[in-house]
Parts: sequence; C-alpha cells; structure tokens
Amino acid sequence: MTYASWSKDEALLVLSQTRDKPGPVLISLQAIQSVFGFVPTPAVALIAEACNVSRAEVHGVLTFYSDLRTFLLPANHVRVCVAEACQAVGSRELVSGLKSQGVEFDKAFCFGNCALGPSATVNGKLQGRASVDSVVKAIQG
Amino acid sequence: MKTYTVYVPSDSASRSVGADDVANRIEFEALKRKLHVVLIRNGTRGALWLEPLVEVETALGRVAYGPVSLFDVPSLFDSHFYSGGDHRLSLGPTDEIEWLASQDRVTFARVGITDPLSIQDFEAHGGLVGLRKAISMKDNEVIDELTASGLRGRGGAGFPAGIKWRTVLQTESEKKYICCNADEGDSGTFADRILMEGDPFTLLEGMTIAGLTVGADEGVIYVRSEYPDAIRTLERAIVIARNYGWLGKNVLSSGRAFDIRIRSGAGSYVCGEETAMLESIEGKRGVVRSKPPLPAIEGLFGKPTVINNVLTLASVPMILADGASEYQRRGVGRSLGTQVFQLAGNVARGGIVEVAFGATLGALVEGYGGGTRTGRPMKAVQIGGPLGAYLPTTMFDISMDYESLLSAGGMLGHGGIVIFDETADMVDQARFAMEFCAEESCGKCTPCRLGSTRGAELLTLISQGKDVDGNKKVLLDLCEVMTDGSLCAMGGLTPLPVKSAMLHFESDFSSKNGELR
Ligand SMILES: Cc1cc2nc3c(=O)[nH]c(=O)nc-3n(C[C@H](O)[C@H](O)[C@H](O)COP(=O)(O)O)c2cc1C
Ligand code: SF4
Repeated sequence: MTYASWSKDEALLVLSQTRDKPGPVLISLQAIQSVFGFVPTPAVALIAEACNVSRAEVHGVLTFYSDLRTFLLPANHVRVCVAEACQAVGSRELVSGLKSQGVEFDKAFCFGNCALGPSATVNGKLQGRASVDSVVKAIQG
Repeated sequence: MKTYTVYVPSDSASRSVGADDVANRIEFEALKRKLHVVLIRNGTRGALWLEPLVEVETALGRVAYGPVSLFDVPSLFDSHFYSGGDHRLSLGPTDEIEWLASQDRVTFARVGITDPLSIQDFEAHGGLVGLRKAISMKDNEVIDELTASGLRGRGGAGFPAGIKWRTVLQTESEKKYICCNADEGDSGTFADRILMEGDPFTLLEGMTIAGLTVGADEGVIYVRSEYPDAIRTLERAIVIARNYGWLGKNVLSSGRAFDIRIRSGAGSYVCGEETAMLESIEGKRGVVRSKPPLPAIEGLFGKPTVINNVLTLASVPMILADGASEYQRRGVGRSLGTQVFQLAGNVARGGIVEVAFGATLGALVEGYGGGTRTGRPMKAVQIGGPLGAYLPTTMFDISMDYESLLSAGGMLGHGGIVIFDETADMVDQARFAMEFCAEESCGKCTPCRLGSTRGAELLTLISQGKDVDGNKKVLLDLCEVMTDGSLCAMGGLTPLPVKSAMLHFESDFSSKNGELR
C-alpha cells in the first residue's frame, strides 16, 4: 500500500469532504488514515478545527478505536485472529510459530471466518486454515 | 456456441481458501478450450467445509463439486463438469446434498443461490414481495404481522422486534432512524457477514420496510471494519437500489422516502452494544449510554431509532411475503421461527445451519458438524460468543432456544457455536474471557474496566497452580461484583464463560493444584 506523505493541503482536502457529514470526527480520522496510512499528529488539530470540537475530543476518539494508528504500518502487515474459534484450531500455536520465525504481526479479534480457522490476513488478504508457511509465503509474495 | 453457467462463490470465507484462484483458472481453461462459460460469483451456500464449492447449471438443476482447488480445474474440464460430468469431487445436485437439504432456509433462502448484486435475480427469487406488501398495508398492520410472527432480536438480547418498532412508531418526531447493527463481533459468528455479502438486497428490503413502517427516512448500517467485502457489496447494492427507484425520495412509487448509508466501525467489540454503536455513528468514543432513555425514544442524534441486528431485519421481508403464521409455525415455546446457527472452531463440517428453534445441541454439533476437525473427542462448546457459556458434551440433548439455554445456564446470543476438542484447557479459555473484557471494555464501570484485569491475573495464578482454591474463591467473588456492578453485558456476562468453565470443567482447575509452573 502506498500512502501520501503529510501535507496540510491534502489533509484539508480530505476534511472538506467529511466535516459536514453527521458525526464527523470518527469518519474524518478514518479518512485521514486512509490517505496517509496513519493519523499524523498535526491532523488532530486540523480535525478539531474543521469539525468544531476540542482537540481533546479528537484525541479521545483517536485513542479509543484500535484501528486508528499514529504510526505507519510495516511494509507487510500481518494480522492473526486470536479469538475463541481460532484458538480451538490452533491459533496459539500459529502465534508462537510466527514469533519463533521472527514474523511481526498484530493480534485481531475475529474476521468472521470462524469455520475455516485459524485465520490471518496479510496486507488485508484473508487466509483460512492459515499456517506459519502460508503466512510467510504471502509475505514473500 | 453453447453457453455454460458456472458458479464460484465470492464470499470472503470461500475466497480465504482460494475461490478467486479457482474462478480465474476456470475462465482461463474456458478460453483455452474455446468454451463459452458464464461465471457467476454467488454467495456461499454456507457449507463452508466444502468451499470452494463450484456449481454448474444443468438441465437437472445445479450440480456441485467441492472442495475444489486451483489444481483440480483442468481435470474438471476434462470431465466436462460444465455440463454436469462425473468427477472425483462430484457432490451431485446441490439441492440433494443432505447437509443443505435438511435445513429450513428462510432468512437464508436466497443466499448462495442468486447473484448477490442482480436485482433481477433477487426479484425472480421472491425479492421485494414483502416490501410491496408492506407498502400496501397500514403501519400498524405491518407491526401486528411482525408481532404475530414472534420474531425476536437476533443480535443477542432476543427482544421482540414488533414491540421495538411499535415504540418508535408511536414516538412523535420529525426525524427517525433505522440502525442496522452489523458489528458482528462475536467469535464463532459469521451469518451477518455471509448474508450481507451473499444477499445484500434482503437486508436493504428489511430496513426499507422498517423505515416506511415507523416513519423513518434514513437508515444506517454500522458494519465492522473487519468486513471490507461486506462493506463493498452493500455499497454497490445501495447504488443499484437507488437507480432502480427503490431507495430514495419515492420508494417504489409509494410517495415515501427512505435511503441508507454505511458507517464503518473502527475495531471495537463494545461498539456492537447498541448505545455504544450510536455513539460511534455520532463519531464519538464508543462508550455505552445509560438507559433510559431507550434508543427507541432517544436514539441516534437523540431521535427515535429502531436498532436491529442484520438477521432480524433480513427476516422481515420473508415474514411479510409469506405471512406471520408461516414463520411462527416453526420453533418452540417463545422462540419462534428459524435460527441461523453457525458452527465454528474445531468442527469437521462448519458453516451456516438454519433450522427451526428447538433442534438439540447434539443434532447441530454432531449431526451437522460431524464432530471435530482434528478427529479428537469433543470437550466443550461455547455458545453465544465471548460472553456465552462453555458447556460440556453431557449437555448435548439441550434444546436450542432462548429459554432452554437460559435455564441451562447459557445464552443463545447471535447463534454461534464454537467447538473445542479434548486438548482445550478451560483455565486458558476462562482467562481469555477476562483478557478480552479487559481489552474491549468501554471503561465506564469499574468492575468491568478493572475487574477484568484482576480476573485475568487470578486465572494466571490458578494456571500456575498458585493457591488454586483460594484464588478460585476470590475469582467467584469478583465475578459476582462484575455481574452486579456492570452497566452492560460486556462486564455483566464476562463471568458467564468463566463460571461455566469452573462449573463444568472443575478438574481442569483442580488439576492445577500443586502443579506449580
Ligand atoms: C458487548 C456487546 C456487544 C454486542 N454486539 C452486538 C453485535 O455485534 N451485533 C448485534 O446485532 N448486537 C450486538 N449486541 C446486542 C445489541 O446491544 C442489541 O441488543 C441488538 O443490536 C439489538 O438488535 P436485535 O433486537 O435485532 O437483536 C451486543 C451487546 C453487547 C452488550
Ligand atoms: S460493563 Fe463494561 S463495557 Fe459495559 S458499560 Fe460498563 S465498562 Fe462499558
């Protein structure tokens, strides 16, 4: 995934499209993240101004939701489901296997693929019956 | 040139095991062999263990092959599968596959059968009949029908849909909303997703009926961000419905307006709780609101709001089209109609099982599920998501309906059943329940916010064999505080998986005694 590098004008362009929507703060944050790959610090003040709320409010929303980030993701983003249905088919082993191979990943709670677990995503692409091998292969392209 | 019609699901579960590769390969082979194949990307039939399930249209109806891998495609062509030829992966006519044929598909009647984004296909299979009927009826009559059907909320709480709609209808306001809860955060559940990806128009139809009935002109579907395919499909379906003269200022020439938009979640389980969802749609932190006021009276942006789960709303069109009596003749006691069960986890034949309420747990997990995928003996099932109870195999004769499960110390929730084999350690499962609550709590109540962290610590001590009896006592006290002192079911029901694990799998706990790790 390639993202734009920070530019105030680019951010304002995004916010001009979201600020008038009902309940604009969360959508604004989501839209900023989809353009820059994360929520850059200066965006918080811009969102606050555009949506006419305090910076604290924007910050509060930003820190509540686990999707929202203040840093750029690694080139290959791996997410592994660690919720119950995947635990039942070995997600704990998958997690420790990936760790021992030095693969970085985030834990996720459920991709709705609970009959075909363990589930993982590599750069957004969902894998059923995932294994250390299948994840590593997807990273290598 | 003869045209062959082939179906390969576009459902994300099917794609997670290679459906896209299979579809591409089929088009490639067809081109190479100079055959005219029309490829339709349908939803999944729900027999997920057979995915990717490939179907072809024949004179005798659709026949199925599965599970098909990329490498099977050339030999399928060699066997003339496109006209129903025999192959190692033949499953026969799809309608005669026992696993599917024995189900009672009502809400899921069209899923897997139609092209999800073809409104013509949708109408050819009974779509829009319910909405047209609703338009011709008085608002109160629609709600009477809904009430008579016995339909209860499928999101977890099981509240009668008719009563909720009536409250919103009777609350005076210049603006009202319909909110569809598509947050589906429970592990072990995927029915909302499969319906949204496989038959999105049914959900739009149910929401439109709700809107016209209670006098709301705006609908919002709150979809979790983990479901990008569902979001994409719904967005396209909405545009198609607008162009068709269905959504918009003049719904099917009724003179009434209704439109729908999508809001994506942002990775928060508690935002499935209805008032936290409203906060999230309003763009705020997903903190649970105190009730009253009920959302039906003061909901989204303070306006009267119908909040229903995807499956609740998607059941409405069928109820209106076929009549309440047709729906409520199914089921038992106060659990009427069908439930879309989801078999998940360590299961040999997982997927969607829609049957009338009252099937036994054993019939579902052993009959349909066929036991564990690993082939080891089953140990436990968790019903109703992360806030649901762990039950042992000795309880397999229990009837799967709201009341029976409640009296057995469980809850139906959204109908997900997660199966575990004998290798599961129930202390670990109990600890995960607490950790999950600590991770996802909205933070409003102390017992939930802090108690869950303490609970996870206690369970770590127990698993290390440290003062097992003493720590179990403290844990039970803590569970009581959480149950009594939590505003919503997140903190209030997290003790359910913990206590049920302690009750039914006592030996997993006591065996830690002296096992100092
Ligand atoms: C922590 C928590 C999470 C919930 N998650 C969902 C969910 O993902 N989907 C859903 O429909 N209901 C969920 N609910 C239930 C909703 O609060 C609400 O009861 C439901 O959306 C109402 O619709 P229904 O009457 O059609 O079931 C959740 C409740 C709690 C306490
Ligand atoms: S029980 Fe937990 S999730 Fe529910 S309102 Fe209280 S703190 Fe929030």
